[in-house]
Amino acid sequence: MTWTLVLVLAAVAYAFKLTGLVVLGGRTLPAVVDRCLALIPAALVAALIVKDTFASGQDLTIDARAAGVGVAAVLAWRRAPLIVVIVAGAVVTAVVRALG
Amino acid sequence: MTAGPSAQSAVTGAGVTLGLAVGIIGLSFGVGAVSAGASVWQACAMSLLVFTGASQLSAVSVIAAGGSFGAALGGAVLLAARNGVYGLAMSGVLRGSLVRRLVAAQITIDESTAMAAAQGNRAAAERAFWVTGASVYVFWNLGTLIGALAGSAVDPQQFGLDAAFPAAFVGMIAPLLARRRDRLAAALGAGICLVTLPVLPVGLPILAAGTAVLVGVRRP
Repeated sequence: MTWTLVLVLAAVAYAFKLTGLVVLGGRTLPAVVDRCLALIPAALVAALIVKDTFASGQDLTIDARAAGVGVAAVLAWRRAPLIVVIVAGAVVTAVVRALG
Repeated sequence: MTAGPSAQSAVTGAGVTLGLAVGIIGLSFGVGAVSAGASVWQACAMSLLVFTGASQLSAVSVIAAGGSFGAALGGAVLLAARNGVYGLAMSGVLRGSLVRRLVAAQITIDESTAMAAAQGNRAAAERAFWVTGASVYVFWNLGTLIGALAGSAVDPQQFGLDAAFPAAFVGMIAPLLARRRDRLAAALGAGICLVTLPVLPVGLPILAAGTAVLVGVRRP
């Protein structure tokens, strides 16, 4: 880990945020673009769930995380509070890992 | 339509809860960063300045795996790119002076955007954005500091902290799936990520999954 990495990443990350919100922002977008933008969180968050649950580097694996996230998904579907969903996901993963 | 006090406190409660949850992930980031060779200062500077969790975790995991500067930066930048799209989506929601928007830009991330998107009107969405963004910023940095100080004394895997991240996303995505097209976009995004994960460089599958938003091209 170097300071260069920290600072370059900080600059690039802020530049992205700024471009969307301030530079391009405030324009009226065509309806079709609006409809697509509205779907970004669902599409990307679903992808992040899959990656963080099944990815091990570039390989796909089914390990303790799948059990934890599975329990979290059931709890979220049953409308449990977010903190319960997260803690249950971590605890179940830890327990399955310890048993396995 | 204006949100009543109860709806407002519900949004505040959800935002703070989300912040606490993210704080737990920040804890595992702090631990991971220090075990990957970062100093406590570097871990904290990253959370204060970069402030986009997936990018930070990706950079640290590449460095920990022995990856190069370029590989660590590349994956992290690709993951950070989505904040630009979030910013564009939020530009209709966030109003006020340039300074206010420059501050808002720093907290334009997954959680603040998702919470804002889940609201029924612009005022509630703006409120949800600020409450969630501020709460996540405070707890993410607090978590990072504590995790970095605890350092290698804690094994994140032993406590299942690596699953805290996807579990948080599972909790966040649930309210986003009210419409059929949202569910379709989510299923497609997950599918694209799964298929491309083994073949694309780290970070790219998430961006590839972004093409699932083309579901929105067709009129509802």
